[in-house]
Amino acid sequence: MTLLLMSSLLSMKMQTCKAHVPVLILLAAFLSACDVAELNNPYEAEDGKLSVLYESFSERPKHLDPAVAYSANEYSFISQVYEPPFQYHYLKRPYQLEPLTATGMPEINYLTAQGVKLDSGANDSDIAFTDYLIEITPHIQYQPHPALAKNAQGGYEYHRLTGEQIKSLTTLADFKATGSRELTAEDYVYQIKRLAHPKIQSPIAEIMKNYIVGFDDFSKQVSDKQKFDIRDVPLAGAEAVSRYQYRIRIKGKYPQFIFWLAMPFFSPMPWEADAFYEQPGLTDKNITLDWFPIGTGPYLLSENNPNRRMTLIKNPLFHGEAYPAEGEPEDRQKGLLGDAGKKLPFIDKVIFMLEKETIPYWTKFLQGYFDASGIASDSFDQAIQFTGSGGVALTDSMREKGIQLQTSVAISSFYMGFNMLDATVGGATEQARKLRQAIAIAVDYEEYISIFRNGRGIAAQGVLPPGIYGFADDQEGINSYVYDWIDGKASAPAHAPYLHPVGKARRKKIDAARQLMAEAGYANGIDPKTGSALILYFDTTAVSVDDRPTMNWYRKQFEKLGINLVIRATDYNRFQQKMRAGNAQIFVWGWNADYPDPENFFFLLYGPNSKVQHGGENAVNYQNLEFDRLFEQMRNMDNSEQRYRIIQQMQELVRHDAPWIFGFHPKNFSLFHGWYKNLKPNLMANNTLKYQRIDTAARTEKRQEWNKPVFWPLVLCSVFFVLILIPSVNAYRRRVRETIQ
Amino acid sequence: MTQYIIRRLLYSLPLLMGVNILTFVLFFVVNSPDDMARMQLGQKRVTEQAVENWKQQHGYNVPLLWNSDAQGEKKVTDTIFYQKSVGLFLFRFGVSDSGRNIGADIQERMWPSLAVALPSLIVGLLVNISFALMMVLFRNSYLEHAGIVLCVILMSVSSLFYIIGGQFLIAKLLRLVPISGYDDGMAAVKFLVLPVLIGVFSGIGSGVRWYRTLFLEEVEKDYVRTARAKGLTETQTLFRHVLRNAMIPILTGVVVVLPLLFMGSLIMESFFSIPGLGSYTIDAINSQDFAIVRAMVFLGSVLYVIGLLLTDISYTIVDPRVRLS
Repeated sequence: MTLLLMSSLLSMKMQTCKAHVPVLILLAAFLSACDVAELNNPYEAEDGKLSVLYESFSERPKHLDPAVAYSANEYSFISQVYEPPFQYHYLKRPYQLEPLTATGMPEINYLTAQGVKLDSGANDSDIAFTDYLIEITPHIQYQPHPALAKNAQGGYEYHRLTGEQIKSLTTLADFKATGSRELTAEDYVYQIKRLAHPKIQSPIAEIMKNYIVGFDDFSKQVSDKQKFDIRDVPLAGAEAVSRYQYRIRIKGKYPQFIFWLAMPFFSPMPWEADAFYEQPGLTDKNITLDWFPIGTGPYLLSENNPNRRMTLIKNPLFHGEAYPAEGEPEDRQKGLLGDAGKKLPFIDKVIFMLEKETIPYWTKFLQGYFDASGIASDSFDQAIQFTGSGGVALTDSMREKGIQLQTSVAISSFYMGFNMLDATVGGATEQARKLRQAIAIAVDYEEYISIFRNGRGIAAQGVLPPGIYGFADDQEGINSYVYDWIDGKASAPAHAPYLHPVGKARRKKIDAARQLMAEAGYANGIDPKTGSALILYFDTTAVSVDDRPTMNWYRKQFEKLGINLVIRATDYNRFQQKMRAGNAQIFVWGWNADYPDPENFFFLLYGPNSKVQHGGENAVNYQNLEFDRLFEQMRNMDNSEQRYRIIQQMQELVRHDAPWIFGFHPKNFSLFHGWYKNLKPNLMANNTLKYQRIDTAARTEKRQEWNKPVFWPLVLCSVFFVLILIPSVNAYRRRVRETIQ
Repeated sequence: MTQYIIRRLLYSLPLLMGVNILTFVLFFVVNSPDDMARMQLGQKRVTEQAVENWKQQHGYNVPLLWNSDAQGEKKVTDTIFYQKSVGLFLFRFGVSDSGRNIGADIQERMWPSLAVALPSLIVGLLVNISFALMMVLFRNSYLEHAGIVLCVILMSVSSLFYIIGGQFLIAKLLRLVPISGYDDGMAAVKFLVLPVLIGVFSGIGSGVRWYRTLFLEEVEKDYVRTARAKGLTETQTLFRHVLRNAMIPILTGVVVVLPLLFMGSLIMESFFSIPGLGSYTIDAINSQDFAIVRAMVFLGSVLYVIGLLLTDISYTIVDPRVRLS
């Protein structure tokens, strides 16, 4: 039918105007190039035969070298390719580590300064070193890669490329031969050495200097060497014990180190990769290790065009892994264990398309051309509705399409910080503390979440977000300086009943804040030194017109207390300078967890990490000796009742001192089509694509149903065009005749 | 003419040097090498030592314009300006601060930009000139007045509206083409139809009015009256004589933009996910990648100089009275 319409349209046009022939040829070529049933399909037809997942990315990744990459958009690619020794279990909660390429969890040994082995229960003060002994699974192969290709003589085929050979190359795919080899413990050690090499510039090099034995010395020793020349230089803290076993020695005790071993930084790297990519001339072709990974994971990057498309395909040499057979109790009911024991990965190909604008991105999702989507503010109302009980649900139009919603609270904290070095809002004086507490009550983050985040967040009660050990969901978890505990009553504000994780807390009335202001010596917000309203300064990078409503909102929150908040908006560079110099007064900041341990949040308030004095991540420059003591005690402990109690004490100290106004923990809303299976939010793991599955037949059917082209308006326009053409031609003839006469 | 071209090219050298210096000064007034390092290293766990290492690796650990600690010519050559900018005159764009070869990136990204911009220019030119001539043909009639009103309306609408409206109507409601994307070879056609259509349509209002003004100026001249007196039809007069004589102002506008077509369009490419050069400079400014910024500004200047030169040369082709000396 559609073809008939098209041909009638074409024939009509042919009769109307012969001059349109080239246009018609072009149109015919265009139509022949695509499936008429899905003219708007942006993908190649042959993709339909495979199990393909279509994803998007809005920002091109900067680095794909696992020693350098450190952001979520980079991890979404490299985590599918590189395999560190450990990974997070996909289904179990709380998050727990399990072996990936390792045969088991590491053997951890504590040692004295003399190298004598200690018992596992040894005092922290006795422990000079900790050894992590890791054994990897034999017979794991690297993906096929030209760096590993060998010639007939057994030498490497592409390690001595000539200028002519390099000239003829444009991409990695131009190398015809590929090779592979077995993963060895030496590859893990080599990667740790790469982390230390100054030319690699790993973002964690400075941190690892504090932990891995000999890391700093090694770094200095190899500073003049080429990247691949470090192979034979020994690093005291990392050595291969055998072909499949390696040992990492760290200073003292640092239990969180195990989490680092689940990050791509500690993935294996064959030395051949550096030997291959470091050949002069390849960088000029953008053929670098930073752009073309080489790993052992379930996928390999077959196309890397960060301006348009990144494609992952199944690694034919993947060692194999089975879908987990255990999870949380409700996982079976949700169908998440239906594939238990099956061989991973399920998806043949993952195509990431660059999509910068939200409108086409959202439209493609609704047309079925993206399998999953976030929700931008513009489309929030179209997708989500709040139920009477304060819950969230999909709108009818989404449900009709079989779209599913998943929500999860991010392991992140956003807060408003007070510079503790500031003369007015900082310091440990009673006056400054009460001022900060008063502001903490006045700045209504429930309202903020409701207005500016469409309800996507929960108001924070302390340093830790839900999901991190030590987060309390009872009365103890409430910030009693800002909230009142309402036992047995619905507590959240009427305009946003979904906001509280605990559910029985209510923000104190503004009178309580005013009382604190008076006690701080700022009754009615009047600064006794000037006799007029207290002036505070809010430093921000929010300089655009779009940010004005947010800034006005902040100003109004402070006005509740009679404080005049001056917004000092600067560019990112100036803001960073102010923070480093300690010139900012009040600001907003956030932290995204590296690993699921309270240490990774509390270190943001640890005195020796202060930004001004030590260049650390303690942006508010908070210094409390008791807090620091508890932190030092807590960070080295295993999870236990004692650790839990210490964490609560630390929370209480921070709530009391109020260097932060606890803002919110973002809530992620994700939408998925019904054909996308095995999805469970896992905020720590990035290598989750291997668990997911696509029902290709269902997707094809739905896409065809949703994307039938509509031709009648074109026919109507053509008829209209012909109708207006006739009087126009007549008018033209008349005009020409008039001119001649 | 050869001498003229060589002279013009030599004139452009100090001009390009000036552009280079200006770009350099403006960039480093706003960003310091420390800022650039911090931007590249990310926001987490960046130490002073890491910043110093980055600067050393990328050659930003020397003074900007004058190295007073160095000896002899190294006072000039051991500076960021010399080391980063001199290669540009040999079209060696170097490596971006994030590690990619800029020349290779430009070569890869200019073709999609051209694939959108060139058809938009050619089709737009044909459509605009045809409509303008039609309006001149029907001058002082209701048809012309209606055409002018329509042009003013079309001019008054933001180009963003055309893009969003076009995507909504053609790609979302009628589902005739993909809403965004790009592919290689002939497969690119289905992605180019909509941006080209929108590019042409959004330019009709201003284009038709501009060309109509040019043609109206010509139709009042004596040679047109002579042509009519000779017995030529109005169509013959317009297409054979008026159009040819109006070519100089048309060429001025068209030839000068030809080289710049490589540079792409930011909004169009962003909305249609076309991997062109349109957003390359903006992205680089946002990520404080000086290497890309200087390369793109330099390239833009070179292309503009070439455009102006080509315009002058084209005058000699369409008007035999013009001689370059």
